[in-house]
Amino acid sequence: MEITLYGLQVYWWFLVSLIGAFFVFMTFIQGGQTLLYTLAKNEEERDLLVNSLGRKWELTFTSLVMFGGALFAAFPLFYAVSFGGAYYVWMTILFCFIIQAVAYEYRKKPDNVYGTRFYETLLYINGSLGIFLIGVALGTLFSGGNFTVNEYNFSKWTQDSYGLEALLSPFNLAFGLMLVFLARVQGALYFYNSLDNEAIHSRVQSVVKKNFTIFLVLFLYILATILLQDGYVYDESSKVVSIEPNKFLHIFLNSTLSLIGFTSGVLALLFGVYTAVFESSSKAIFLTGTGTVITVTFLLFILGIDNSIFYPSLSDMQSSLSIENSSGSYYSLSVMAVVSLLVPIVLAYIIVVWKSMDKTKLTVEEIQNDSHHY
Amino acid sequence: MEHSELLIDWSRAQFALTALYHWLFVPLTLGLTFIVAIMETIYVRSGDEKWKTITKFWMGLLAINFAIGLATGIIMEFEFGTNWSNYSWIVGDIFGAPLAIEGLMAFFMESTFFAVMFFGWDKVTKRMHLTSTWLVALGSNLSALWILVANGWMQHPVGMHFNPDTARNEMVDFWAVLFNPNAVSKFLHTVTSGYVLASLFVVAISSWYLIKRRDTQFARRSIVVAATFGLTASLFLLATGDESAHQVAQNQPMKLAAMEGLYEGEKRAGIIAFGLLDDTKEIADGKDPFHFSFEIPGALSFLGYHDVNAFVPGIDDLLYGNKNHDLTPVTEMMRQGKIALQALKDYKKYKKEGDSEKTAESLKIFETYQQYMGYGYLEKPEDAVPNVAISFYSFHTMVGLGTLFMLIFFISLYFTMINVIEQKRWFLYIAMFTLPLGYVAQEAGWIVAEVGRQPWAIQGMLPVGMAASNVAATSVMITFWLFAVLFTGLLIAEIKIMLKQIKIGPEEH
Repeated sequence: MEITLYGLQVYWWFLVSLIGAFFVFMTFIQGGQTLLYTLAKNEEERDLLVNSLGRKWELTFTSLVMFGGALFAAFPLFYAVSFGGAYYVWMTILFCFIIQAVAYEYRKKPDNVYGTRFYETLLYINGSLGIFLIGVALGTLFSGGNFTVNEYNFSKWTQDSYGLEALLSPFNLAFGLMLVFLARVQGALYFYNSLDNEAIHSRVQSVVKKNFTIFLVLFLYILATILLQDGYVYDESSKVVSIEPNKFLHIFLNSTLSLIGFTSGVLALLFGVYTAVFESSSKAIFLTGTGTVITVTFLLFILGIDNSIFYPSLSDMQSSLSIENSSGSYYSLSVMAVVSLLVPIVLAYIIVVWKSMDKTKLTVEEIQNDSHHY
Repeated sequence: MEHSELLIDWSRAQFALTALYHWLFVPLTLGLTFIVAIMETIYVRSGDEKWKTITKFWMGLLAINFAIGLATGIIMEFEFGTNWSNYSWIVGDIFGAPLAIEGLMAFFMESTFFAVMFFGWDKVTKRMHLTSTWLVALGSNLSALWILVANGWMQHPVGMHFNPDTARNEMVDFWAVLFNPNAVSKFLHTVTSGYVLASLFVVAISSWYLIKRRDTQFARRSIVVAATFGLTASLFLLATGDESAHQVAQNQPMKLAAMEGLYEGEKRAGIIAFGLLDDTKEIADGKDPFHFSFEIPGALSFLGYHDVNAFVPGIDDLLYGNKNHDLTPVTEMMRQGKIALQALKDYKKYKKEGDSEKTAESLKIFETYQQYMGYGYLEKPEDAVPNVAISFYSFHTMVGLGTLFMLIFFISLYFTMINVIEQKRWFLYIAMFTLPLGYVAQEAGWIVAEVGRQPWAIQGMLPVGMAASNVAATSVMITFWLFAVLFTGLLIAEIKIMLKQIKIGPEEH
C-alpha cells in the first residue's frame, strides 16, 4: 500500500507531538532544579538533589534538541517562521538552556570563579524562566503568532517585539505557568522515587499538593479555552484558511482515538498524583509520567489533524501554517520515516541503561564515595 | 527579499562567534573520548589499577569540556532557524534529515551512555562500562558525521532539485547527500583533526607533570597512548587534507584560488610554503600578490588535480572567464541567474492568474537558466570573491601547525620509548606550549572552510545575503553581545576549573 504525502505528514506530526510530550515529561529535571531550596534544608541534602538530577539532565537537553531537529526536518517552514520571527523568545529559551549545561559540572568544582550559589541560580533560571517560555511558545500554537509568509515562503515577523508580545496574552502566560508547575510536581515525584532520604521524602507531599493545585487550575483554564475557542482550518485544494468555531472540540468529538488518548492521559496523571499524596507511593512518577506523555502528545496532535492549523498567523490569516503547507517533501519525509524506526531501539536502550543505573536509590554516602560527583 | 548589509554582517558575526566558541570544545571531545576508551581498554585487559586512575583523570577533564561543548552546541542548531530562516526553508528538506538522524542516532547514544561512563563504575560490570565509554566516543563522532554531511552539502550541493512551487531545494537522493565526496572528506578530515588536538592536549598536560617531576609514571603512560594516537591521526589527517583540497579544486575553485592567493591561473601551479600578501593588490591589476613568497612548484596542481601539469584557475580567470580553459565569466553567470529569477517570478505570477500557457513558458525559461540562479542575486562580479587574506593565512596556518604537531608526536613518542623524555626538559616545555597552537589550528581550519566559501551559504545557489532571517539588525546585535559575554564568562570558568583539576592531579580522581 502506497503511503500518501498526507499520511506521512500526519505520521510526522504525531512523532513531533510524541517527542514534544517526552520532553515535557523530562522537564521533571527543570522542576527539580527549582526545588533545591524547598526540598533540601542543608548542603548535604542539596547535593543529593543535584546529583540525582545530574545523572539525567542530558536526556532532557537532548529531547529538546531532538524536538527542534524533528520540527526542522519534518516541518521546515514552521522552523523558519517561528524561530526566525519570535526571535527574542527563542533566544531567551536558548540562553536558559546554555546556562544549564555547565551548571551541574561546574557547581561544586574548586576554582569555579563564580561560586556554588551562582550555578544553582543558573539551574533555577533554567527550570523556571526556561520552561515558562517554552510553555508560552507552545501556547502560541493555539493562540497564534504575528507573521506573514510570501509566495517564496520567506517569512517576516510583523511586531518589533519579535515574539515577546506573546507575553501579553493571558492564555500564553497560563500555558507557560502550567508547564512550570507540572515540572515541579514531576520533579518532586522524581525525588520521591530516586532518593533514599527520609527528610526529603517528608517534604515531598506538601510540595506536590501545592504545586499540583495551581497546575490543575491552570490546566482547566487552558482546556476550557482550547475547547471553546475558534480554530483555523486549511483547505488543501483551494489553499485557503478559514475559521471554524469550536474546532478543537469538534476534533475531539470526531476523533475517538484523540479523545480516549487525551482522557486516559489526564486520568493517569491524576491517579498518579493521588497515589503519591494519599498512598505515599514512590512509584507515582511512572504513572504521572506516562499520563503526561499521553496527554501532551494528544494535545499537540489535535493541532495537526483534521485540516487544522497548527500555527495561526494573527497578521495574515492566509499565512497560517498547517502540516500540509509547511512540511518537507514526500521523499524526505519517507526517508526520515524509515529512520524513525530506530525510535523503539533508542527508547529500549535508554530504559535498560536507566534500570541498571537506578537499581539502588541514591544516598548521601554514595555521592560522597563517588569520585565523580556534582 | 534582500536584507540590509548591517543585518547580514551581524547575523554572520553571531554565527561566527558561536561557531568559533563551539569549536573550541568539540575537537577535544571527539578525540579525548577515544583516548579514554583506549586507556580503559588497556585497564580492562591488563587489570592494572594504575590505568584505571589514568582513565578516570582524563575522563574528569573530558567532563568539564563536554559540558561547555553541549552549552555552546545547542545554540548552533537553533540559530539556523533564528538567524537564517530563509536558508532553513530553502535547505530544510535536505538539511533536516541529517540533523534529525544526528539527534536520534548520536545525541541519545552520547547522553545515555555518558551517565554510565561517569557514574557507573560501581554500578555496572567492567565490560558494560567499557562498552559505554566506546559508545560515547562513537556517539560523539557520529554527531559530527551528520552535521558535516549537512555542511558538505552546503559546499557542494548534490542529490536534490529546486521545486519552483515551494521555492526550495528538495532531496531526491539521500545516498548522494550522505556519500557526497565533499561530505566524506570533510568528516574524516574534521574528526581526525579532533584526534590530533586531543592527543596534543594529553601530551601537553603530561609534559607539565614531567616538568614538575610529579606523577611521572602516569604522565609517561599517557604520553605513549596520546602520541601514538596523535601520530596515527596526523598521518590520516594529511591524507584526508589532500582529499579535501582535491574536492575544493573540483567544486569550489574560487575558494582554492583564495586559499593560495592565486590571481592568475597557471599550469604547474605551486603552493606558497610561506608568503606575505601585498594588501594593495587589486583583482586583475596584474601585480604580484605577494611582497615575498617561497613556492613549491607544481604542488598546487598536484594537490588539486593529482597532476603536476594541471591548470589551476586563478581568481581573475574565474571572475572574468578564460576561453582557453572553458571558464564562464561571472558576469555571464549573473546575467543567466537574473533571467532565472525573473522567470521564477513570472512563473509564480502566471500560475496564480491561472494562465497555463505562460506558466509553462516561464518554467521552461527558468529550467534553462536555473543552473546559475544564485548568481542572479549578486550585485557585481567581485562579490563572488571571498576574502583572500583571511582564506590564505588561515589555510597556511592550519597546514603549518599540522606539520609541527606531527613532529611533536613523533619526538615525544621516541623520547618516551628510549626512556629519556624526563631529561629532555626543553622538549617538554615546547610540547606544553604547543597546546594553544592546537586550538589556533582548529579555528583556522574552520575559518578557511567557511570564509573561503563566501559569499555563498550554499555554493553557487544561495548567497548569505538571501539566507538571513528578516529581523531587525539591533536584535541580532543584542543577542550577539549577550552570547559574547556569556560564552566568555563560561570559558573563563572552564579554564580555571580545568587548571585546578590538573594541579590536583590524577591521584584524587
